[in-house]
Formats: sequence, C-alpha cells, structure tokens
Amino acid sequence: MNLRFTVDGVPTTVVIAAGESLMDVLRRIGKTSVKNGCDRGDCGSCAVLVDGRAVNACLVFAGQVDGTAVGTAEGLAHDGELHPLQSAAVEGGAVQCGFCTPGMLMLAVDLLSRNPEPDEAEVRSALSGSFCRCTGYVKPIEAILAAAGTLLERRS
Amino acid sequence: MKDKFKVVGINERKIDGRTLVTGSPVFAGDLDLPGMLHVALLTSPVAHARITRLDTSAAEALDGVACVLTHRNTPEMRYTTAGQGHPEPSPYDTRMFDTKVRFIGDRVAAVAADSPAIALRALGLIDAEYEDLGPVLSIDAALAPGAPVIHDEPDALDIWDAEHNIASVVSAIAGDVTAGFDESDVVVETTTETQYAQHAPLEPHVVVSSINPEGRITLVSSTQVPFHVRRIVARLLDVPIHRIRVIKPRLGGGFGVKQEVLIEDVAALMTLRTGRPVRFEFTRSQEFISSRTRHPMRVRVKLGARSDGIVHAIDMEAISNTGAYGAHALTVMSNTGSKTLPLYNKAPHVRFDGKAVYTTMPVAGAYRGYGGTQGCYPLEMAMDEIAERLHIDPVELRSRNHIRAGQTSPIFEELGEGRKGTPQIITSCELDACLQVGAERFDWVRKRAEPRGDGSIRHGVGMSVHMQGSGIPLVDMAAATVAMNDDGSFNLLVGATDLGTGSDTILAQIAAEVLGVPLTRIVVVSSDTDLTPFDTGAYASSTTYVSGWAVQRAAEEVRDRIVAVAATMLETEPEQLVLADSRVSTSDGRSVDLAAIGHRSYYGPDPAQIAATASFVPESSAPPFMAAFTEVAVDVETGRIEVLDFVAAVDCGTAVNPRLAEGQVEGAIANGIGYALTEQMEFTRLGRVKNPDLARYKIPGTMDLPPIRVFLVESYEPTGPMGAKSVAEIGINGPLPAIANAVYHAVGIRLTHPPFTSEKVWRALRAAGVGA
Repeated sequence: MNLRFTVDGVPTTVVIAAGESLMDVLRRIGKTSVKNGCDRGDCGSCAVLVDGRAVNACLVFAGQVDGTAVGTAEGLAHDGELHPLQSAAVEGGAVQCGFCTPGMLMLAVDLLSRNPEPDEAEVRSALSGSFCRCTGYVKPIEAILAAAGTLLERRS
Repeated sequence: MKDKFKVVGINERKIDGRTLVTGSPVFAGDLDLPGMLHVALLTSPVAHARITRLDTSAAEALDGVACVLTHRNTPEMRYTTAGQGHPEPSPYDTRMFDTKVRFIGDRVAAVAADSPAIALRALGLIDAEYEDLGPVLSIDAALAPGAPVIHDEPDALDIWDAEHNIASVVSAIAGDVTAGFDESDVVVETTTETQYAQHAPLEPHVVVSSINPEGRITLVSSTQVPFHVRRIVARLLDVPIHRIRVIKPRLGGGFGVKQEVLIEDVAALMTLRTGRPVRFEFTRSQEFISSRTRHPMRVRVKLGARSDGIVHAIDMEAISNTGAYGAHALTVMSNTGSKTLPLYNKAPHVRFDGKAVYTTMPVAGAYRGYGGTQGCYPLEMAMDEIAERLHIDPVELRSRNHIRAGQTSPIFEELGEGRKGTPQIITSCELDACLQVGAERFDWVRKRAEPRGDGSIRHGVGMSVHMQGSGIPLVDMAAATVAMNDDGSFNLLVGATDLGTGSDTILAQIAAEVLGVPLTRIVVVSSDTDLTPFDTGAYASSTTYVSGWAVQRAAEEVRDRIVAVAATMLETEPEQLVLADSRVSTSDGRSVDLAAIGHRSYYGPDPAQIAATASFVPESSAPPFMAAFTEVAVDVETGRIEVLDFVAAVDCGTAVNPRLAEGQVEGAIANGIGYALTEQMEFTRLGRVKNPDLARYKIPGTMDLPPIRVFLVESYEPTGPMGAKSVAEIGINGPLPAIANAVYHAVGIRLTHPPFTSEKVWRALRAAGVGA
C-alpha cells in the first residue's frame, strides 16, 4: 500500500508492506536517526513525533500514520542552526555515545510543547521511556532544563 | 602546572556532538550497501549437547538465501573471542561453529539472505538434532565430582584443567596470612555472590562487511578493538592481515561487551563466500544471551585488623563463573584481586586465590570494572564491619588504611593480568581529599549520626573507597600520528577507539595544548586500521593515560619540527622560540604564524611534510581513586530500597575535559546502581535466560535514580599525559558496596546476594526479625 505523510515537513509517499513498522519505514527512507535499540518498545531510541506527540516508532504500524506529520531529530535544526535542545545537549555534555540522543530529543520536544517550564521531576517523568546507558541522565536532564530556559527567553 | 593549560582542563564541546544530536548516519548499523545480505543466527536450544544431525539443505534451497554457515563449512581452529593483545591470555576454547553446543544461545548455524525476513524463514528450515550431555548450571555443579566435562575437545589450548571444568586459576601471596590473622585483634569474614549482569549498550553489536575488486575486506564494526578484530579475523579465516580493514565508526556504547569478536568473523566469511556485502546485527535478545556478561563471582574475604584499625591481613578467594567459554576468565579474575587489594597496603599479609569455572551458561567477558567490581564489594563490606567492631567511623578507617603517594603494595608485583604484575609506586593519590570532599558534600557526619526515617521507612548511609587502573603496564601500546596541514591546522590520527566516551575530543585537546592551537584546529581521524596507527583499543581504562601519552609525544615531535622551520624563517635559534596562540614567536616580538609555516611546508622553499608518529607503552598503571557515599531508605514492610543520594569524589589526576570526566563517572554510577538493585539475568532450570529484554532485565531509567553528584578533586599524576589518569571504569564499583553498607546502617542486615530486590530484602529482614 501507499503511505502518504509528511516527514520533517516534507510530503512523502512510500510503498509499505503489511505489518511494517514506522521505525523500519523511516530507516528505509533514510531517517537513520530513528534508532533500533530493542524493536519492542522498551528503550525509546526510536521515538519520533506523530502530529507533535512522541511515540516509539517500532510500536506503530506504518499504515497508522497515513495523513499525519512525523517529526524526527533530523528535522530539528533549521538552516544549519541547531534547535536549542540540540545546542544545550552539545554544550552541556549530555551526549556520550549519542545512540539514544535523537529519541530522547523527541521526548523533550514533546514535553516542552506541552509544558514550556518543566521542573526536574517533570523532565525525569517525560524521559522515563528512554533508556540511556552512558550518562546516568544527569547532564541530559540539565540540558533540557537549560534549553527550556532558552526557549522561554526567545519567546518573551 | 595545570594553570598553564589553555585547552586541557576546559569543558570543550565534544567534537562529534553536532553530528550526534542531528541524528547523522554515522553508526555501523546506518550503512546500507547495494546488494547487502542480512544475517540471522540459529542458536542452541539446549545447554549442553552434541549436534547429531544438522540438515541445512532446505534452508540453502530457499529463494534469496545466499550462504549458510555451520560447523561443516567453517574453519575448525580454536580461538578466543576475547579481543585482547597478543599473546592472548584467554584460553583457545572456541570454534566459529562447533559440533558441540555449550549453552542455550551458542552458535549452531548462520544464514545470509537478501532480506532479514528471508534469513529468519531459512532458520526455521534448518533441521537440527542434539544429544543432551547434561546442563551444568552453577559453580558448584561445575566443580562437583563427576560433573559433565564441558570442554572435552582435544584441540583446546591453555585451559587450566578441562577435566574438572576449571578454565583458569591464579594465586598471589605476600607475607603469611595465617600468622597475620593470629596477630590481628579483630577478624571478619564475608562471602558475597554476584549475579549474571549484562552491559546493555543501547546499540546492539552490528557489523557491515564488504569486499572490493582487489579482494580486500572492509568491516565497519561496533567494536572497541579494531586492531584485535583485524588480527583475530585474519587468523580465523586464513586471510593476510593486510587484506582486512576494520573501521569503527561512531559507536553506541560498549562497556566491555564490544571488546569481544562476536560477529565480525561470520560477516567476513559470508562476504568472502558470496562476494556481497553482509550486515550482521544482534537482536536485543541475542545481545543478552549470545554476547557477553559480567562474570558472576563468589568472593570470600577475610580481613584482620589491629585494634587501631590498621588492616593487618587480607585473604581473598574468588571463584568466577566464566560460562561456556573462557573469554577474559583469567584476567577478570586476576583483577578481582589486583584492582582492590593494593588499596589497603598497610597489611603485610595478603593472599589472593582465584579460580574461573566453566558452566553451560551464557559467556562472561569484559565488563566495565573488570573483576574489581566483584572484589571491592565484599572487601568494602568487610571494612564496614571492622569499623563497626572497633567503633571507628568508616571514613576514618579508610583514611587510616588507604595507600598513598610514594607508597607501594606487594600485590602490584605479585598479581598482574593473569600473570606476575609490575612493581609500581603510587605517584599520585588524593583519596584523602576525596574522603574529605565527599563527606562534606554528602553531609556524612550528621547523616551517619542521625539517620532519618519514620514508620516502616528506615534510612541509612554507607560509603566505600575504590581504585582502578590506567591501562595495562608493559602490555598496552598506543600510537598516534600528527600531521600539519597548509593552513596551520593538524590532522590527528589515532588508533584509539571512542565508544561515546569522548576520547576523540580529549585526545584532540591534548594535541591542541601541545601545538598551541584551539581545539577547532585539530582534525581527528580515529579507529581505522588502514589509516590510523596501532592502538590496543578501548579497554582497561587505557585511552586517556596510554593513548593520551602517544598523542602528547607525537604532538611534541611536530612542535619541535615546527619550531625548527620557524627558526629558519625568523633567522634565529629554535631555543629562542616559543609556540603559543597559533604563532611561533621570539622574545623580541617577531613571529610567524602556523598557517605560514604550514603553507611553506607544502610549497617551499624546501617543502617537507611536518608530521610525526609516536608510540607509548606504559610502565605503570596509575590508579584513579574514588570515595563513594550514599543514603538509602529501606521500607521494612516491603523490602524496597530507595537510593536517595549518591556522592562520588574522584581523583583522576588532571581532568582533560572535566565535564566529560564527570559524565563517565555519572554513567558508571547509574550502571552500578542498576547492578546493585535490579539487574539480573534469570534462568530456567534448564539454563534458558528468562528475561532477555529491557522490560524484564531492568536497567535504571530516569525515575529509578537518585541525584548523582560527582566531584573531581584537584590532582596531578606525574606519569600521566598533562597529569591525567583514566576514569572510565572506577565509578561502577561504588554503588554495590556503598548501598550494601547503607542498608546495614539502616536495618542491620548485610546483603550478600545482589541485586537487592524487594523480595530478597524482605526475606532477609524477616529472617533477621526486623520490622516484623
């Protein structure tokens, strides 16, 4: 069947097989930021936005996202300028191996869209579906709080 | 000294940070080559059996299947998957595909097909029958008289005692422990038994192999040891080393499990047989079962101390379960003693006995901490008990006993990596500062005196101290090449392997410091056996200390060449010149910038490439030190332990990049907390792993961890590059003993069998009559 959706703002049509996951389709069309860490919804490395809400792409059938807007970490930067969440992650040492980072960024984008001024507990809660084995989450959480501040400043 | 640094000691941004946050296709699994085959692996359904029938004809006949490998069409030689230096200290007890299987998850066959789905379908068409030889599922079962012999093959090499399932033994002795205990005023004894635990990097093992028309094979692999992969695969497949290229791209975490050569041999052989690119990626389930684990260990520690608390005798006996194969069996077990016992060097009487035992269970291997993690746990619990018996504060007891700069321990010489060690005098140790800073930040004195808690919740605080190492002395070698470009920038070529740790960044910082340029002027090329000079790889906390020195030396040679050229240009003597801020200057204010020197080196007069390659072999392994403090709350009604706070004060010498160094410790502590509280591979009665996924094997998430507060104390290691020591492993050792000691402080029970799940703690509380 044909899947029609937008990926990072670009209208896209892909032929998909029955039962194919959104993760597999996104990786097949070159969105390799969508990482496969477990293929069963446990790790969060494949998190993407579907109409602005974070989901684990490995748990979504590609057919389910027909007509939606899908966002990945590859669509966060604009004209070479990093999204404040990305800048804060680099500045704050929040990236070690970087394998979980794209998924974690999408969870953070989702959080900040709903709650622009989260406290640490809210950030922890929002990231609870994303495993990281490198950082102990200390610096990723700090980075998200810092990015939230930057975004608020920009708006005011 | 450190004040003079301009790039080292600065929180520079990771040089691959932008690449990673934008999700660029830079991991091995992101490679998609035309005509690529996909591998599926058939593994053993029985723990210990001979393969009596293996019919792959239907699988081979399936449309889209290109290659099927079994014991019948693969090299028969024995080798070890442990990616270590040569000669390898692990026994040669493994075949690519054997006629015998030794654990549920062992290789039986591999299929390469046009798609993953076809490969999986082909696996289902393989007809295998097994003659059950009887599982061996514990240390005790392996050592029992009449136990099935797991390695009965005649061609294995360097197994200590195959007939009795003993892979390796090691012992070391200093003084006379029997006399030492007689002379002690207090003697305590603790036996702990640690569990099967898995590294769980977010990226499972993955390799993409391909071959060019000249017959050269390229392996793009998620490996910690590109050069060892090249050597081991070349030997196995009987291909000259120079026909193999191994590239480690960005890597999604290793923690030791990617020091093993587990997939590259299969992919390379399939590429050789088919001429096509091959991708082999472990599933998460295979990552748990068929890769490697931490060695489960039973460790008994007997500790004698004088009435003033000075430790007088230590006896440590470790028996490790190495699983079906002896990867890292000898060396992990050696480090159980060698990375713990020197800490208490006042004791003249020390003995270590270690034994690694085969079972028909998943294979253990290298895991961050490398035996030190298993050894420091009973040792630090025994120290806690000594403190209690002698009414000495645990911090004070450590302070009275720990090794100091200028001192040595006989264990350094007696116990190395599976052989005699190297005598070593400690050249920096700021453990006193770690104890002081850690205790202050944690508020130890107050919390220890007045533990909080009410109702069923009991609070307690505990601490422990640790050492690790910085590489393997007289074994590791790292090399680096620095070459100047015509704009005055530099290419830095290192065999060192960045696992996500940031080693590319910190090595570039060292080069930039020597060459007097900002970090942005260093272009790093790493971990490519065609392009970069040799490095043993990323293990044993070697990179900062060993590879760092290679970089510093290469950069110093290049600096001297630059100054010599500048001397010609400025018509003066090199001794009159200083290289700083991207210029070479005389004291009277004349100068030439690096771009001019670089341009001249390419286009003349007298053009010549300014470059140097330098190597480094460490003569010692300067230990980093750490003091760990934690507060726990134990619910005596449910047995639930909550870690409320974790403080680690660390001496890693100069922190080349403090933020990245902190990150190493924070991540290691998180991993250690999981090891202490929740992480455990569980087995059925027949030896099948029950929880090979991240839902049932519980690694810590954001909601499971306390604040982890890391403090790097001021320190300078005279034998380290820019005063640095390595810091990757030590953090993981802290949580298990510190939490166990805190639980004792809270409820008076000594937990000896991690992970400390609610059920286990509840049972221990009931047995002790606490809170009932």
